[in-house]
Amino acid sequence: MSTLLDKVWNLHKVATLKSGVDQLFIGLHLIHEVTSPQAFSMIKERGQTVMFPENTVATVDHIVPTKDQKRPLQDNLAEEMMKALETNTKLNNIKFYGMGSGRQGIVHVIGPELGLTQPGMTIACGDSHTSTHGAFGALALGIGTSQIRDVLATGCLAMKKPKLRRINVTGTLKNGVYAKDVILKIIHDLGVKGGIGYAYEYAGSVFDNFSMEERMTVCNMSIEGGARMGYVNPDETTYNYLKGKEFAPKTFNEAIAFWNSVRSEKNARYDHEVTIKGEDIEPMVTWGINPGQSVGVNEIIPEKVPKEDEYTFNEALKHMKFNKGEKIEGKKINVAFIGSCTNSRISDLREAAKIIEGRTVSKDVRALVVPGSEKVKKQAEQEGLHEIFSNAGFEWRGAGCSMCLAMNPDKLVGDEICASSSNRNFIGRQGSATGRTLLMSPAMVAIAACEGKIVDVRDFI
Amino acid sequence: MKKITEVKGKGIYVEGDDIDTDRIIPARYLKVLDFSTLGNYVFQDVRFDQNGKQTTHPFNNKKYQGASILVVNKNFGCGSSREHAPVALIGWGIKAVIGESFAEIFAGNCIANGIPVVVAPHDDITNIMKFIQDDPVSEIKIDLIGNKVEYGDFSFDIHQQDGHKKSLVEGTWDTMGEMLDHKNETEKIRNALPYIKGFS
Repeated sequence: MSTLLDKVWNLHKVATLKSGVDQLFIGLHLIHEVTSPQAFSMIKERGQTVMFPENTVATVDHIVPTKDQKRPLQDNLAEEMMKALETNTKLNNIKFYGMGSGRQGIVHVIGPELGLTQPGMTIACGDSHTSTHGAFGALALGIGTSQIRDVLATGCLAMKKPKLRRINVTGTLKNGVYAKDVILKIIHDLGVKGGIGYAYEYAGSVFDNFSMEERMTVCNMSIEGGARMGYVNPDETTYNYLKGKEFAPKTFNEAIAFWNSVRSEKNARYDHEVTIKGEDIEPMVTWGINPGQSVGVNEIIPEKVPKEDEYTFNEALKHMKFNKGEKIEGKKINVAFIGSCTNSRISDLREAAKIIEGRTVSKDVRALVVPGSEKVKKQAEQEGLHEIFSNAGFEWRGAGCSMCLAMNPDKLVGDEICASSSNRNFIGRQGSATGRTLLMSPAMVAIAACEGKIVDVRDFI
Repeated sequence: MKKITEVKGKGIYVEGDDIDTDRIIPARYLKVLDFSTLGNYVFQDVRFDQNGKQTTHPFNNKKYQGASILVVNKNFGCGSSREHAPVALIGWGIKAVIGESFAEIFAGNCIANGIPVVVAPHDDITNIMKFIQDDPVSEIKIDLIGNKVEYGDFSFDIHQQDGHKKSLVEGTWDTMGEMLDHKNETEKIRNALPYIKGFS
């Protein structure tokens, strides 16, 4: 009895290489401006061309300014990167969605919303959050630049097949608990290294009931748990989402037959299995410098940790300027950021807007909302969400990665504390070496922005 | 392609688990079209304080200059897939990394650049870190074929992923050429995929 991982892997396996790893065909290659220019140079140097430009799609997201998008961009280096991608895609006949195209956005937001991401595919992108696309039942992998070179030139990746862990989340989630809390809890329980060597298959009633956007939020952060890919088996929810999307198959019923055929079988074998009760999950907040260092919002920062974790524990407390045993609730914040490939889709903005409506951002907080794509932005504006955000005191921005990694003008200053709906709380991640990031759901960010401190969103809904 | 069977050199170590690629090379230094200058910015945010003054980070320490073998703890290179991270380490002079464990994408990116990543238990790592601290000029040797690290009067066994080891010692770590040789098979697999065929 085989799993989706087995079936999709076998369908795409071209050969076994001399080193013993597999050569895997990649059905969709997504590229962006930061990790691709060197790869294009490498294939040029070796006299190669892009083997399957029709399976390749590009957009710009990391360096895009979310406020002033006039060209040339004010940042010369950003402008150069933008131009390089425009030139590389043009020369190689690759579809490119640039700013103002109506389809630009964070690569992991636009792939799904355009219907490019489909079940049963192999997908690669030079970005570790490519795991997002696994929400559709695809094998989606983040890759480095040498591997981008390989996919461009050969259509393939050299890869060892991972082991498979099924993560069941059973029962239902409590009110005020979101997909973001589910993945933070999984990483909390299994650790940031727990997924090394594994792919994660997410299952159980909580996932069955999740929307596609909720599944994407969870799959997105698989890599933060060390798993290079994570997926959910495709079902009616997947097919209903895809129906009518720009690049969804025209022969939809035939497609569904294929998609159903790649689902993991009932008695499939897994290398490891864990179960988490949905009812046990609280709104989660990170207090440290990796996404596994989190607690429920009503809990305290740990008093002590196992000896082997002490070094990182102390490093985290020192950077965050927090004390062991302190409550996370009540911590004052300086910045609130709603955005990133984890939580910048329309449902995220709707949830945040629901909380914000009728409230105002605390005078001590700088707050911004950055839609994940031009399409998300347009949809939100049609629904009037931008007015709810603006009236409350949030800045309403253009689509991009923004303050998740601060390769653009959106940055923390000094040791500011940011309540963030993004995916990484690493030292320096949000653009300041001393900046501090607390990861949480968009709803928790929204209420923190208004209260000026970390509070339990359940007290406000 | 060059066969890499052993690496010899002076050691340097960076203590701590879960050292992510943002720490190895902060995102703002990724705004480059080529990889040539990245070595200048390796560990930038932890090597300099807010006033631009050097910290006590090992990469600043005079006694470790010229080192080429980096020793680390668990889950080194987690986070972003940026190949800029191993390239920045290489730019500084690193030729191999010994650690308790590595994040997968980082390890793959190292191999793609001909940089061995070898794994050893906590106690062996702690001992060699101490040795480097006391005796930074002594040579360390990583024997990839014999699965061993030798330093001073000591040695310990290392683990390497089969694929990683084979590709380095047999000189097949640059996968592009070998995969290009399978162009016909690639097209055959591709053309049989329902989503490429239009589900007809």
